[in-house]
Amino acid sequence: MSCWETIGDYAFRSLGFGERLLPRSDFTLCQQVTLIGSGMIWNVYFGIVALVTGFFLATGLAMAKAARSRWLRKPAEWFIFVFRGSPLFIQFFIAYQIFVMLPRNGIDVFGMTVATSWTTKAWAGALFVLFLNTAAYSAEIFYGALQSVPKGDTEAADAYGMTGWVKFRKVLWPTMLRLAWPAYTNEAIFLFHATTLVYFSGFPAFQQKGDALYYAQYFADKTFNPFIPYPIVAGYFILLTLALILLFGAMNRRLNRHLAPNQRPKLKLRPQLVR
Amino acid sequence: MFASCADPSSLEGLGWLLCYLTSGTHIAFYWSFVTVLVLLAITAPVALAFGFGGAVAARSSVWPISLLGRGYMAMVRGVPDIVFFLFFVIALDQGIEWMFHQIRCPDWTEPVRQGLEFRVCPAAKVPPGNAPQVWHQIYGFALAVITFALVFGAFAANVLLGGMQAVPRAQLETAEAYGMTQQQVFRRVLVPQMWIYALPGLSNLWLILIKATPLLFLLGVRDIVYWARELGSTKTSVYAYPHPDWRLYYFLALLVFYLCMTRASEILLGRLTRNLSRGQATAAGEAQRKAAGGVA
Repeated sequence: MSCWETIGDYAFRSLGFGERLLPRSDFTLCQQVTLIGSGMIWNVYFGIVALVTGFFLATGLAMAKAARSRWLRKPAEWFIFVFRGSPLFIQFFIAYQIFVMLPRNGIDVFGMTVATSWTTKAWAGALFVLFLNTAAYSAEIFYGALQSVPKGDTEAADAYGMTGWVKFRKVLWPTMLRLAWPAYTNEAIFLFHATTLVYFSGFPAFQQKGDALYYAQYFADKTFNPFIPYPIVAGYFILLTLALILLFGAMNRRLNRHLAPNQRPKLKLRPQLVR
Repeated sequence: MFASCADPSSLEGLGWLLCYLTSGTHIAFYWSFVTVLVLLAITAPVALAFGFGGAVAARSSVWPISLLGRGYMAMVRGVPDIVFFLFFVIALDQGIEWMFHQIRCPDWTEPVRQGLEFRVCPAAKVPPGNAPQVWHQIYGFALAVITFALVFGAFAANVLLGGMQAVPRAQLETAEAYGMTQQQVFRRVLVPQMWIYALPGLSNLWLILIKATPLLFLLGVRDIVYWARELGSTKTSVYAYPHPDWRLYYFLALLVFYLCMTRASEILLGRLTRNLSRGQATAAGEAQRKAAGGVA
């Protein structure tokens, strides 16, 4: 079987298209690269969706944590502490257990039945956990940036008579993003790496539709040879990380375009480990 | 444990719960918390030593050594840690057995990798096939410690190198002006001063290390996650203490355990930072000096 046929069979296997059976013997390098690459679709999906949705919640949480009102500040602080202080691994387990406990036939809300079975599926359940998790980590970064917005900027906004939403939208928010961006880039990289935990904790892979690490482990278990599949996963993630750095670097340049060239902060990759 | 627990089926309410929570398997569960703490206690200094070695190597003026140090640090960048955890454990296990195979069975003719199998001679098995179960567990735990230390050592190397580079150049030049050799400058000036610069990074690393301990479960060690799953799952009336699926409560207990560990570490590290900042030429040290009424 040629490599092109293998790609045709397995390129979208993780989504359920193509050949149903996974290879069982005579594993070729092409099969491993294709299937693991197919699994990467899920890692990218989890990463992008969680990052984009988490961004908005994180902004809200950072504002709440910086708020003067106790009723806004305390819940935000607790939310951030719980999600940053415990392992993501445990968070996945707990979320899965809670979703499994939801009534199987759906919940009645004012006569309408809300289906619940989809929450136990990884695409929704794990995504929800990753969304909350990245929101908490990003919120802490945004909060730190919000605290270090230069005093002169806010005073200038006051002098122009800006208040409330306009002041936030025009002055606080852009500056906060600009200051937080290098740290936020690391958080994004870190989140993509964390997506590999999904199929290890709680959430089962239905019909062997899993992420990159799921297939890598499949091959490592079958061939008892870790020296091929894991470096393939590593290679894919290095490519993904490089793409992220390029993308976030471009955004960083845009956020800092009003500054003098020698004052623009550079992105510094400081990778972090397990969350 | 208690005499009243001899017949669990006759118990009810609090008495039942007391007996349930002190059953043999639960005692093993409590011991697994100790396993996690032991892992942390062993891994942290070993990883720090690896990191120190890596940082010193990266600073070396000898090109191959510097490359080795930098390569070690770059190793963990860009790749999910969990890939390393899965990879290292098998790779280390196979590497050790392969080495023993070369030493103990030189006249073994069959290839080690036969298709899908990894086969070494019986004498090269680690631990030996007839060893008691305890040795297998200890071996697994040791592999886990090495894996954790290798991965976290690379991160510690990054942090320590940053700390070394942050020590003001003037301090080192002054030491050189006093006629100290490079080794003396390193030992007497650089190393004592670098910790305060490395501490924020190391604190962060420690918190991450705590949160990485559930991965022990992936490495096949019977840790708290293993026991929480085991004990929490539905127990039918065949068992002494039947109960429905209680895994959620067990995991919530683990969550609380980790939150407490994190909070306690944060408080202790904050105190340590304050103590180490005393008399240092950093913003925090300067603020302490002013607060103490020193001359500005």
